[in-house]
Amino acid sequence: MLDDIDRRILRHYQHDAAQPVADLAEAAGVTSATCARRLDRMKGAGIIRANRAVIDWRALGYEVEVSLRVTLEKSEPRAFDTFLAAAREVPEVVEIQTFLGRVDLRLSVIARDMAHYQDLYRTAILSLPHIADIEGLMHVARIKTDEILPL
Amino acid sequence: MIELDTIDRRLLRELVQDATQPASTLGRKLGLSQPATWRRIRRIYDSGVIKGQRLDLDHDQLGFGVTVFLGVKLATKGRVSIDDFERAVSAIPEVQTVEHILGLYDYRLRVVARDISDFERVLRRRIMMLPGVGDVEANVMLSEERRPGPIG
Repeated sequence: MLDDIDRRILRHYQHDAAQPVADLAEAAGVTSATCARRLDRMKGAGIIRANRAVIDWRALGYEVEVSLRVTLEKSEPRAFDTFLAAAREVPEVVEIQTFLGRVDLRLSVIARDMAHYQDLYRTAILSLPHIADIEGLMHVARIKTDEILPL
Repeated sequence: MIELDTIDRRLLRELVQDATQPASTLGRKLGLSQPATWRRIRRIYDSGVIKGQRLDLDHDQLGFGVTVFLGVKLATKGRVSIDDFERAVSAIPEVQTVEHILGLYDYRLRVVARDISDFERVLRRRIMMLPGVGDVEANVMLSEERRPGPIG
């Protein structure tokens, strides 16, 4: 289990995942050796799964992001699996979440511009299997994106 | 805008998997020399294609068993400034992301909680108290996949 030192390290590490271990150790008030040992232990235990680079899709020319909320046909028992397998084949789908609630799934889709999005929507999205209902929400702005856990 | 060749794309995918890999490890995987790999990494970072690094943590092990996506509609648009709402919602520690959207809702929030009763506390005491908040729709997340996107 985690103790206070682990939590303190994780708190600082989450705020700046690119910082060197020495800086992180200093911020958390431990020695570099302790910090490195704790990080290794948390990686070993699978608490820290990865430290990932985050892509700015706009810098690669993807200006449009749409959130598609999907309801599936419930009469088909394998609808979820079939839908998910097909959605994974669409490269512009960057996130897939499944839900318990009013909608079954959400796809986050990126496109170069509205014309590209319209083309994707018609050719790749609407052809996904077992869609009972679909609605799109257009991203205007990201206000908070850090995804930090309140440890 | 930066043009990425096949090697750059593979490098980018590797960095999304694990941004802490040294240039020597990446070079071995891609069949490049260490200096050549380092130059490519530097070019990718300089171009702004990578906007930062994110820790991928096991929420369950850290005691956060519940993630909920909330669609929030503002009830009093115009009267209460959008700035007030955005500032207040961003200050809630359990709110991980805030996105301004167009469509059925005005904002989408990603909220973490220890369990469902903890989520209820966040919803009643924090979210519903926000200035200008109107209709709220909650969808409890069951699973999530982050896909590599169109850099394959």
